[in-house]
Amino acid sequence: MMLENLIWGYVYPNESEIQWSILIVLYPYITGLVAGAFIASSLYHVFGKNEIKPVARFALLTALSFLLVAMMPLLVHLGRPERGIEIMFTPHVTSAMSGFGYIFSFYLTIVVLEIWLSFREDIVKKALSSHGWKELLYSSLALFSFDISEKTLHDDEKFAKKLAIIGIPSAAFLHGYVGFIFGGIKANPWWSTPLMPIIFLMSAIVSGIALLILLYIVAMKIRKHAIDHKCLQSLAHYLWIFLILDVTLELLEIISMKYASREDIDIINRLLSDKIGFTFWGVQLTLGILIPFILLLMVSLIKKRDTLKMIMISISCIFVVIGVFAMRWNVVIGGQEISKSLSGTLTYVPVFFSQEGVLPAIIIFILPFIILRVVTSILPPWKDMEEETQKLN
Amino acid sequence: MDISRREFTKVGCRIIIGATAGTTIVESLITNGIAADNSPDQSGYDWEKHFWGFVVDTRKCIGCGRCANACKLENKVPFDEEVYRTWIERYRVKKTSLETREEEVVIDSPNGGIDGFVDDIPAEELKKSYHVPKLCNHCDNAPCVQVCPVGATYETKDGVVLVDFQYCIGCRYCIQGCPYGARYFNTEKGTADKCTWCYHRITKGLLPACVQACPTGARKFGDMMDKNSEVNKIIDEERINLLKPDLGTKPKVFYIGLDREVK
Ligand code: SF4
Ligand code: SF4
Repeated sequence: MMLENLIWGYVYPNESEIQWSILIVLYPYITGLVAGAFIASSLYHVFGKNEIKPVARFALLTALSFLLVAMMPLLVHLGRPERGIEIMFTPHVTSAMSGFGYIFSFYLTIVVLEIWLSFREDIVKKALSSHGWKELLYSSLALFSFDISEKTLHDDEKFAKKLAIIGIPSAAFLHGYVGFIFGGIKANPWWSTPLMPIIFLMSAIVSGIALLILLYIVAMKIRKHAIDHKCLQSLAHYLWIFLILDVTLELLEIISMKYASREDIDIINRLLSDKIGFTFWGVQLTLGILIPFILLLMVSLIKKRDTLKMIMISISCIFVVIGVFAMRWNVVIGGQEISKSLSGTLTYVPVFFSQEGVLPAIIIFILPFIILRVVTSILPPWKDMEEETQKLN
Repeated sequence: MDISRREFTKVGCRIIIGATAGTTIVESLITNGIAADNSPDQSGYDWEKHFWGFVVDTRKCIGCGRCANACKLENKVPFDEEVYRTWIERYRVKKTSLETREEEVVIDSPNGGIDGFVDDIPAEELKKSYHVPKLCNHCDNAPCVQVCPVGATYETKDGVVLVDFQYCIGCRYCIQGCPYGARYFNTEKGTADKCTWCYHRITKGLLPACVQACPTGARKFGDMMDKNSEVNKIIDEERINLLKPDLGTKPKVFYIGLDREVK
């Protein structure tokens, strides 16, 4: 039987099927991108890092676009999706999963409010200057309040800042919480570590900043506009810092597991050398962290040569988003590839066409980009991205 | 105020519809809420008066697989899928050379042990060999109950951990949370599923099907509230062990003769 090649040692009979598939890999990946993009925007909104300003609003829209689909992989994966809403109505409070609906909604509210406040001036101006359905659209987006006097705008800004201050802990919470969903499972030695939430959070920030950089570069290329290298390099600088935090924690976890050498160490070693050896050491750590780390270090050392730097930053960012995906994969799939009997391993074989297959995962992952395209056409963030730089040709 | 008759009816209708819908929702919430507090409608059975426990005497198990077979029959667990409410594991410890001192343990459970076991390692090579029946431990501090986001998995007053199929959303968090691999996904229902200690039988005074089917008495079931029950006697007199006791799950399946290789 084919199955036997996929199994090594002894796995409990009920474990022959992997329960959480690629969709559940996607779920922390997407929420991570949300949290990361949001935190990048708050570098400007809260910490007043003016060099980030060009992408601050764009980052919020990115966060929103991904947030809107964050629930989907979970929902599609449920055995009884029609009952999914019960998590909101009758949450069972001891479950690490039950809070997700609330945290998600709370966070969504914050992001929407934050976007509304930072775009309000634009919305009102559009509402006042357009006609027909556009006027209606923007007037309703403005909630029919058209006051954009200096004072109100100033108040808006103050409020937006306060919101962003709440936003940071809630973004951290949103994603740290996703980490806890795994970290709280004592049955699984690969998941059960108190470091899990913070590892998830750091990799989330890393992936979010990298995605933001990539989207910024792509958007500017499409719009044929010069890139603000100051902004780009400062984002890259933050990316570099968070990469260091991220890798420290990830290695800390592995080192302490190996050093403590508990009962489960044999199976963990087998997981790391055999099952996820390539995706862990190769993709997650080398491609996703080590190479970007070196490239970004060089970026900060090299003088001038902005185009070269941009290329190096782009490559790093591509590697980082791939590496973080591998990290989610190694956690979610890796954790299920070891048997809880600690005496065997099994193998996840992704299927393409099925409710939990690769195809729905791809579709769900493309959606946020389409959403982003739509929201940016309703609420264009380009003005801030382009005011410092000039149009090409 | 001047309200036309039509408008009045309209408003009236809305109130009535709203009120009925509202009460239905509230009612269903309440029924769902108290469902777990009421003893199931089994005439004469009071779940406050029992607290069930299970004993597995691994020394007696011969690995015939009748229990696992009986379970699938009794509980309509599909025979053609790799899902089991109970199964039998076989542990074979190979002889080791005195130099290496490396112990090799071969564990298997082909088709959950339902069809018995084949001797594919010659007896001369083995130091010892034994069988360990497994099933849901109906943990008193059950991680599966803890992690269920909607409370579809719960412990009854008589100490049985059950899944409410009408309520389970099929997230499979409990399957991840159970350290013993006791749960599986019921593809037909789209929910989690597992051993119920034959709740439909024990509440009528019968034994679980596996206990009834075991020819050697390796499985024992009884009421821990009854001082004279066999289960209580064993717990009081024998040296018993639990599976993965360090996880703090407080299993209610007690093992006699559990060897150190068993996980
Ligand atoms: S053995 Fe597993 S399924 Fe049974 S009660 Fe314990 S945790 Fe739950
Ligand atoms: S699969 Fe069902 S019983 Fe298990 S945790 Fe999810 S909702 Fe609860």
